[in-house]
Amino acid sequence: MTLPAVQRLPYDDVVIAAPVTIPYRRYSTNTAHWWVGRAVREVLERAGLRSADIDGLSLASFTVGPDTAIGLTQHLGLSPRWLDHVPLGGASGVVALRRAARAVQCGDAEFVLCVAGDTNHVDSFRRMLSTFSRFAQDAVYPYGAGGPNASFALITRNYMRQYGATREDFGKICVAQRDNALRFPHALMKKTLTLDDYLGARPIADPIHLFDCVMPCAGAEAFLVCRADVARSLDLPAARLLATIERHNGFPDDPIQVRGGWAMDVDELYAMAGVGADDVDFVETYDDYPVISMMQIEDLGFCAKGEAPAFVRSHTLTADGSFPHNTSGGQLSVGQAGAAGGFLGLVEAVRQLTGAALGAPVRDAKVGLVSGFGMITYDRGLASGAALLAAGTA
Amino acid sequence: MTEPLARPKRKDPLKKTRAPVAPPGARSRTALGLTAAAAEGRFQLQVCSECATVIYPPRDACPRCLSSRLPYQDVANGGTVLAETTLRTATDVYFRERLPWRVGIVALDCGPSMVAHLHGDVHEGDRARLTLQLDKSGQAIAMALPAADTPNMADDPQWRELTADPKHRRVLITDGRTAVGQALAQAVSDAGASLVLVGVADPWKPFPGEARLRGIGRVEIVALDMTDTVSVDECAGEYAPRVDILINTAEHVRTGGVIERKGLTIAREELEIRYLGLMRLAQAFGPVMRARGADGVNSAAAFVNLLSVYALANWPAYGAFSATEAACLSAAQSLRAELRPGGVKVVNVFFGPLETEWYQALPPPKVAPAALAQAVVRALQQGREDVFVGDVAEDIRARLAVNPKALERELGS
Repeated sequence: MTLPAVQRLPYDDVVIAAPVTIPYRRYSTNTAHWWVGRAVREVLERAGLRSADIDGLSLASFTVGPDTAIGLTQHLGLSPRWLDHVPLGGASGVVALRRAARAVQCGDAEFVLCVAGDTNHVDSFRRMLSTFSRFAQDAVYPYGAGGPNASFALITRNYMRQYGATREDFGKICVAQRDNALRFPHALMKKTLTLDDYLGARPIADPIHLFDCVMPCAGAEAFLVCRADVARSLDLPAARLLATIERHNGFPDDPIQVRGGWAMDVDELYAMAGVGADDVDFVETYDDYPVISMMQIEDLGFCAKGEAPAFVRSHTLTADGSFPHNTSGGQLSVGQAGAAGGFLGLVEAVRQLTGAALGAPVRDAKVGLVSGFGMITYDRGLASGAALLAAGTA
Repeated sequence: MTEPLARPKRKDPLKKTRAPVAPPGARSRTALGLTAAAAEGRFQLQVCSECATVIYPPRDACPRCLSSRLPYQDVANGGTVLAETTLRTATDVYFRERLPWRVGIVALDCGPSMVAHLHGDVHEGDRARLTLQLDKSGQAIAMALPAADTPNMADDPQWRELTADPKHRRVLITDGRTAVGQALAQAVSDAGASLVLVGVADPWKPFPGEARLRGIGRVEIVALDMTDTVSVDECAGEYAPRVDILINTAEHVRTGGVIERKGLTIAREELEIRYLGLMRLAQAFGPVMRARGADGVNSAAAFVNLLSVYALANWPAYGAFSATEAACLSAAQSLRAELRPGGVKVVNVFFGPLETEWYQALPPPKVAPAALAQAVVRALQQGREDVFVGDVAEDIRARLAVNPKALERELGS
């Protein structure tokens, strides 16, 4: 039975405003609730709103347990008529945005506050890993892989063998991101990184070395989703949502991950937005490891599969480069505050498109692409999504 | 190339003994099907009964057709290594202490991709044989071995963690008067044991096979009377820290059911030697073995019980004996859980009638003591936990798996 193709409803008038970052800390004795609460407060302050105005809440957090979003409503004193909990790690930002966009578009909520926040205790990372997923419990941790490093080491190894990527190629991505990060006030990494530093760093799980890995930390990121006319009435600078895609467990028959879900829906993303890859002024990829950034560059239409190494070699990736990428430094240089890592690129994109970059600005930023990825439960990241945003609320 | 294992040096008594830690041992119930397969040395995965898809990791619904009928079955164990990595850091203490550690992902011929430990002679791009083994937490893991045997492959450090290989280890055989005990002394000596302690009650009394036994390489006869708590405790006091593998060969076999064998004298002897003897050994040697589970190349590795297969299903012709064996089996299961924190395997070896005097009137097939001894050594080298030796034992196992009640009637007829 083939159903007639349905045109996806455009996101007319959906905007994103009030990008907020609560500065990260390596370790924190505070709870996720504390970090989320601070982010919520700052969004309200920036938007000139009160708690009672927030009628939609979307939460992403790994360490807010035993609570979920519902517990936060009472904890923070919010009474939303629309509530979502997005347990999708690095894809949380794009997915939270997709859900919130339809809610405000249809009038189910007027203001959806999307927030991701996580704490990082000394044992948070180890604890989170041991209860991450059933497949990880049964088929990954028994192999010594206390964390995603070994899984992504295998993916990286295979990608290098299959497509000829070198450590220098990955290093170029990391070095450019560090350059971007040095100008970003909230980055936890403050030292310059040269290619030699990258290549000579401590090995973690061959071929992954220290600077291929994000630093887990505590922090929060948030933004507000509403209609354009509402944002204008509040004098809120905002970015317009052009298009989104989402896909989970894409390509399950690939014996090892070389592509993510974006490759299935990328044409729809650009068609819905009415722009092409050439129109994109900057890209925020989800950079848990540089190999995944390379896959996003391929799967989101900037080059063919396997060509990202050549693409990286022939472009400059700093905010002022020929292909501005992870313009605040990405997680690799800013830090990964749990699920907030999935919001980091989106928050940065909104700043760039509203002329409010905290670090290096992208000149004439009119169209930005944000990509999310995550939830490696066994041998591949399952969740993926992407969003195209534009400057201006008109 | 695997470096052959060097004979370990004498232990420094002033140094703290490394405490055993376990690798991650949590598993879903469905994943325990792998543990059952590993215990017997089988390579099994779930196979969908409706669409025949081979499934891994363990699931409760077929990812192709959503069937919930996903039994474990033997599947082909060949595959190709897609990628490898060497772990240089680990948050888990067990692996942290054993770095660097190699793992890989293998595309199995039968379908799924499997994350596996890699034998040192297996590299990216190679063909490999996958095997399910029990790790130090007593749970199943997959290990990729080279497609064809390589020199010294049993000495690979990652493989040695998964087995109880007698090579370079010190073995205690609890009763050397029996044919099985003597055959085992030969078999473990041949397998490279560095010391073979053979327990004999009243060693001043001559016994058949003694001269040959004393002539086997690295055998030392020690006084050990399984019916005497003081004797067992004294033996343990002297030797327990040097027992890496304990094999309980004490036997007491008599015919007769519970009515047929009138009186309780034989029942008491039987219990004394088999069941209480096992308790004495467990209490005297167990704690020290458990503490030494991570004590280097010659760490404490296994406590081996030789059990009649009729422990699993009573044979009334040997009914009272079967009951005592069943008691020993249950005790061994408790012992298995109690020794697991030390990473010491309890190995249960089941067999039917033996080619020895107390099974004399039975027709073949029967198991020769030398064959049983070889099977025990192989089980230790392969890291197995539940072992069935000989045709009768295999037959009982197969029948039990299908219809235990039918077996009860068949044995009772």
